[in-house]
Amino acid sequence: MGTLYEDIVAYGGEVFGEEHMESLRECVQCGKCTGGCPSGRNTAFRTRKLFQMALVDLREEIFNSPELWFCSTCFTCYERCPKGVKTTDIIRIIRNLAAKEGHMSVPHRMIGVYVLKTGHAVPIGEPQMKLREAVGLESQPPTTQKYKEQLEQVQTIFRTTQYDAMIDFDWDTMGLRGMEKGGKK
Amino acid sequence: MTENGLTYAYFLGCITPNRYPGIEAATKKIFKEFGIETKEMVGASCCPAPGVFGSFDMHTWLPVAARNLCIAEEMGLEIYVTCNGCYGSLQEADHLLKDHPKLKEKTNKVLNEFGREYKGTTKVNHSIVILHDVIGLDKLKERITKPMNDVNVAVHYGCHFLKPREVRGHGSSETPYILEDLVKVTGAKEVDYKDKLMCCGAGGGNRTADSVQSLEWTRQKLVNATMVGCDCMVHPCAFCHLQLDRGQAEMNKAFGTNFNFPILFATQFLGLAMGLSEKECGLDIQTTTMPEKLLK
Repeated sequence: MGTLYEDIVAYGGEVFGEEHMESLRECVQCGKCTGGCPSGRNTAFRTRKLFQMALVDLREEIFNSPELWFCSTCFTCYERCPKGVKTTDIIRIIRNLAAKEGHMSVPHRMIGVYVLKTGHAVPIGEPQMKLREAVGLESQPPTTQKYKEQLEQVQTIFRTTQYDAMIDFDWDTMGLRGMEKGGKK
Repeated sequence: MTENGLTYAYFLGCITPNRYPGIEAATKKIFKEFGIETKEMVGASCCPAPGVFGSFDMHTWLPVAARNLCIAEEMGLEIYVTCNGCYGSLQEADHLLKDHPKLKEKTNKVLNEFGREYKGTTKVNHSIVILHDVIGLDKLKERITKPMNDVNVAVHYGCHFLKPREVRGHGSSETPYILEDLVKVTGAKEVDYKDKLMCCGAGGGNRTADSVQSLEWTRQKLVNATMVGCDCMVHPCAFCHLQLDRGQAEMNKAFGTNFNFPILFATQFLGLAMGLSEKECGLDIQTTTMPEKLLK
């Protein structure tokens, strides 16, 4: 584990390219991100503050604050940053690192459970099948939830990237372990 | 290409087919009307959501999105979507994989475990861009049989249709025009309102992190649209639809409000103007109800 900045560049760099992540260094704390942030006007989430905290390596403070999860990834700050900081992508990678270190709420971990069980974050049930019939569609769409062998491909991906371990998924019960503790940490 | 026109692979995602099938039905009907054929993507999964799964692990998000792209590639077709989340994920994944050869190699190692390979041969389109650019406003106008002349519309874009503009390619994210054009072609009036381009509040795991807090964003949007006399909201995103439509029942409970502001996906609104019934567009099986003004 390096500094938070180094980890952002390393982990995010593999997907977006290192230069993309290194744009964080360009932040001059002007606050234009926070000024246009729809979360900032409703919550204690402050984009400008998050970036400064990341640059001075306040890892645990960032990972332990619930506000980290109040960005809706609307990309308004990303579009407007005068220094070209790739804000929203950096926020997503900071969250990735937080999640890897066990900072992930039960409802957020549950989204992974739905995908592991059905291939969908929002699966279909009997009542919704009736809605489909009401508009003249086949009752079940031809997606992973319908075809087991297709779902298994998605499950293979989750095993390969160890997403199952990250959310503490129990393959025997097809549910979460450690529900009562609200997560691994 | 088919004899009569174009064929696209429809990436359904989760919320369109599993919560708001009216969006799927209206879109397919309109496309068919203009000679565009829809083929199902058998075995497609969650896109997976760009802000939600992208926030949990980009390294898992990417191969799942790439697998969905593979299905369309195997069909030899371009994709269309009815959700900004699906658009966001699939287009972003395609963009990243085309830009970074090493990432493509790494992703294909995962996909090869079950015999699939991302090649980079499909294209991800949003259904409203097909309406606007492929079918075109002139042809749409010819089919309007029930003009929305006295209807004031609040346009809601959602976020991942326009942004980031370097990936989406629809010009400035601050001065969009596609939805406005599609609304105006029906004869309706597109009315500007405070914070028109603001997020619905649902994305990025925010709804899951704190649903009441996320509904406050939604409440503000609906108040702003109501204050300037809008009759309904028209948008291009199934995920926004969930937040804006079902969210009204949730916020009425959480805040003691009494909202019933009509929410329509773009093809549901166009469908009504083209003579499709409320039932055909699935507008009778959602939370918010349609006023007579939209149905006459």
